Amino acid sequence: MTENIIEVRDLVKHYPVTRGIVFKKTIGQVKAVDGVSFDLKAGETLGVVGESGCGKSTLARVLMNLEKPTAGSVLYKGQDISKLSGGALRRLRRQIQLVMQDPYTSLNPRMTVGDLIGEPFEIHPEVAPKGSRRGKVKELLDLVGLNPEHINRYPHQFSGGQRQRIGIARALALRPEVIVCDEPVSALDVSIQAQVMNLLEKLQAEFGLSYVFIAHDLSVVRHLSDRVAVMYLGKMVEVGTEDEIYERPTHPYTQALLSAVPVPDPTLRNNKAIIRLTGDVPSPISPPSGCRFRTRCWKAQEICAQEVPLLQIRRGSDHPSACHFAEKREIVATHGA
Amino acid sequence: MSDILVSEQSAPGFGGSGRPSGRLLEVEDLRVEFRTRDGVAKVINGVTYHVDAGETLAVLGESGSGKSVTAQTIMGILDTPPGFVTGGQVRFHGKDMLRMSAEERRRIRGEGIAMIFQDSLSALNPVFTVGFQIAEQFRVRRGMSRADAKKRAIEMLDQVKIPNAKGRFSNYPHQFSGGMRQRAMIAMSLALDPEVLIADEPTTALDVTVQAQIMDLLGELQRERRMGMILITHDLGVVADVADRIAVMYAGRIVEEANVYELYRKPAHPYTLGLLDSIPRMDEKGQELRTIKGLPPNLMNIPPGCPFNPRCPMAQPVCREKVPPLLQVGTSRASACHFAEELVNRD
Amino acid sequence: MSDPSAASLVSTPRPEQPTEFGAPTNAGLPENARKEKPRGLLGDAWRDLRRKPLFWISATFILVFVLMAAFPSLFTSGDPVNGALSRSRVEPSADAWFGYDVQGRDVYARTIYGARASIVVALLSVIGTLLIGGAMGIIAGYKGGWVDGLLSRIADIFFGLPFVLGAIVILTTFNGAGTDNNEWQIMGLVIMSLVVLSWPVVMRLMRSSVLATKEADYIVAARALGAGSGRIILKHLLPNCLAPLLVYGTIMVGSFIGAEATLSFLGIGLKTPVVSWGIMISEAQNYIRVSPFLLFFPAAFLVTAVLSFVMLGEAVREALDPKLR
Repeated sequence: MTENIIEVRDLVKHYPVTRGIVFKKTIGQVKAVDGVSFDLKAGETLGVVGESGCGKSTLARVLMNLEKPTAGSVLYKGQDISKLSGGALRRLRRQIQLVMQDPYTSLNPRMTVGDLIGEPFEIHPEVAPKGSRRGKVKELLDLVGLNPEHINRYPHQFSGGQRQRIGIARALALRPEVIVCDEPVSALDVSIQAQVMNLLEKLQAEFGLSYVFIAHDLSVVRHLSDRVAVMYLGKMVEVGTEDEIYERPTHPYTQALLSAVPVPDPTLRNNKAIIRLTGDVPSPISPPSGCRFRTRCWKAQEICAQEVPLLQIRRGSDHPSACHFAEKREIVATHGA
Repeated sequence: MSDILVSEQSAPGFGGSGRPSGRLLEVEDLRVEFRTRDGVAKVINGVTYHVDAGETLAVLGESGSGKSVTAQTIMGILDTPPGFVTGGQVRFHGKDMLRMSAEERRRIRGEGIAMIFQDSLSALNPVFTVGFQIAEQFRVRRGMSRADAKKRAIEMLDQVKIPNAKGRFSNYPHQFSGGMRQRAMIAMSLALDPEVLIADEPTTALDVTVQAQIMDLLGELQRERRMGMILITHDLGVVADVADRIAVMYAGRIVEEANVYELYRKPAHPYTLGLLDSIPRMDEKGQELRTIKGLPPNLMNIPPGCPFNPRCPMAQPVCREKVPPLLQVGTSRASACHFAEELVNRD
Repeated sequence: MSDPSAASLVSTPRPEQPTEFGAPTNAGLPENARKEKPRGLLGDAWRDLRRKPLFWISATFILVFVLMAAFPSLFTSGDPVNGALSRSRVEPSADAWFGYDVQGRDVYARTIYGARASIVVALLSVIGTLLIGGAMGIIAGYKGGWVDGLLSRIADIFFGLPFVLGAIVILTTFNGAGTDNNEWQIMGLVIMSLVVLSWPVVMRLMRSSVLATKEADYIVAARALGAGSGRIILKHLLPNCLAPLLVYGTIMVGSFIGAEATLSFLGIGLKTPVVSWGIMISEAQNYIRVSPFLLFFPAAFLVTAVLSFVMLGEAVREALDPKLR
């Protein structure tokens, strides 16, 4: 396709776990993201799926340069963003924007919609001259499907879906190239969720945006993504086009995840081959040795405990998978095709 | 698995004498309003549904549809004020719970009807061990000794498939993972062997792989105990997997009730149809999702006529004037739409 | 799990309660009045305040008290300082509405003249306490780390000083027997000692408020937009952390008037000929049985003043919260 707009290389983010108040002692590390590499191409949507604690939200924060990575790099058009500061960082922020999950907490309750959407212009005054901002805010409101006359209202006067639209308008104000969407629709009702997803697609087509779309809902991710990365306990276990991941998954975790998605079709309830994983995700403070999934994996062998499987193209497959025993397996399609 | 499992006949729970032939739990024309500073919100406007022993009724609806408030009213845990029941009945074994004494209601809670909540972290008391909270019920409600109660509590933890139940007995809620906590809460609500279990979004806060485990567990326990279950959820996928019947709620009303297969095959209400259409489908990737336009109504100001009419693609003048009652369509289903017959008969 | 983002990983549709009344999109706004001009929080707060009778009542009282403090002669022509012992404890009558005190001074005149010391001391101490405590709290909460550690320990030291003892030490040092400070110098000293001994409470309030707000999603969102510390503190933290401070501040007005009285009573605060409500109340204590009016009038003024400030604080707090409008 086209050039890579973002390149992530061996990204590591550990949070120290400390004890004590005055004399802090580090007693461990939460390995939230532990060696992740991927590319984002211009104009594409990269879906990142995984369960809670897999590090996908931490990944979003590091991509947004809200947290400095422990190791590794995030390159925006070849420039390492974690090394930027001051004016250069501010200029970069115009290019990468964030849409957050919870529309109820991500908008300052004491600012009007006009102030909220106008804030990007105040922070980056070079984007729009003062006089034109009001008009721009109204345009943005219109663009995301809100009534421009509601510019003086406060967030609590809107419903969840409308607030998420405000969040999107804010992210869009500076005309960024990349928007990182961290679970943008998971707090919304089904009918509203579809409206917001359509809006995201429309905006992508209109402005040629690239999305990093982080979510736990596999069907939502499939609907919007060109490529999909599956994360488990801080590592990427499988990356591929949405077709490769959803039709021909080779990593056991991806397979289990896909099979567990409830299908909105009662006629399939008895002929689904659901792979039941046992137990919960282990703690990211002391992840299992070797393959991190081995404690819940039905294929686990000796080698899985000793050797970390690399994310690479395996025999008999067309996309990278981090499993020593990667192989295709029939999964009942998540939706009746 | 243990002696707690009871057959249908010897249920020691409320009512004692086995399951009577009538309806187990019926809600009839229930009306609830919330009186707030800003006005009166009509949260429930005549809800009627029932659940029988061994049956799973899914109550499907979006936020604000009143599905949780109905459950809270059944359980008698509605916050009053601002919530007030303004009409209707909730009958358990034919007896109206809304007219019972507080003492009678308290007895039904736990033994007759139990409830599990979405947020297990806040539903369990953080300063007591999980085991203690389960054992407490046996001691208070069944008058068991400390040792017996503990034994039963461990059995319960074992039944909900918590590994190393004995060891886990003395753990605090925060030491459990989300899935484990939800299991513990299930153990707690089933401790007194209720006849009806209300599960309010039991898996919404959980990951898919854990969600599958919990739904399996709930289904299994329900079949073993022949409980009636009311599953409150917004997730059309979960519903399709476990429900027998579905009641779809919108703006405090039931707009459609049907057998799960019929409902998914051919919805008889445009709202249900819209909901089913707006789930992202794998086979239509890249196309725009079909959506329900607009927003749910403000419950302080529900539009006249059919509450769904401003968002309905099929709306006719009659929809703005007359509230469509929930009427039978065909043999085993009901819909509150003026054009239900046409919806069902189209191809 | 110290991963701060862990909580947001779980996708939980909101608990229904807040939205249970449906989308509050058209929640009864005077739509026509709210359209045209761009407005911000302060403008809206002002519009809201103007509609509140509570605000007008309390503001009127406060204005009267402030006038009283600034120009006492507008309200009385009496002499607050000199009296005739022959009129000692004469009860209220038509020509001396509030009666005369032990030393035969006009209670009405004294009450009027007492407003200055009481109100100046209380208001300035509250403002000083809020400014210092609030600023320290914001810095400690926002910066965290060693800055927080240092400021919090300093606050703990001041917190550890018993109020009365601390004030006695400060005031006897600077305002002990034999010193010759004028009225304003003494007030300054009293204000200083009140501020020095009270700011840690406000700092703790502010700090915990900031800590709770700092992690909010909208702060993260502002940072992601590239907002600097100044903007985050002024636009996002301050408006959302102010409410508990306002409430506490209005309560402090009352307790500071009382504190000033205590210090005066102990002989280390204001001294005759300066008049304050506190001094009057403490003087009246011994005669509460025989001449209750001596206590009643200054106390009534004090209660009214305190109530006015509490009501004003409440009105302002509500006006600053868009959800309560």
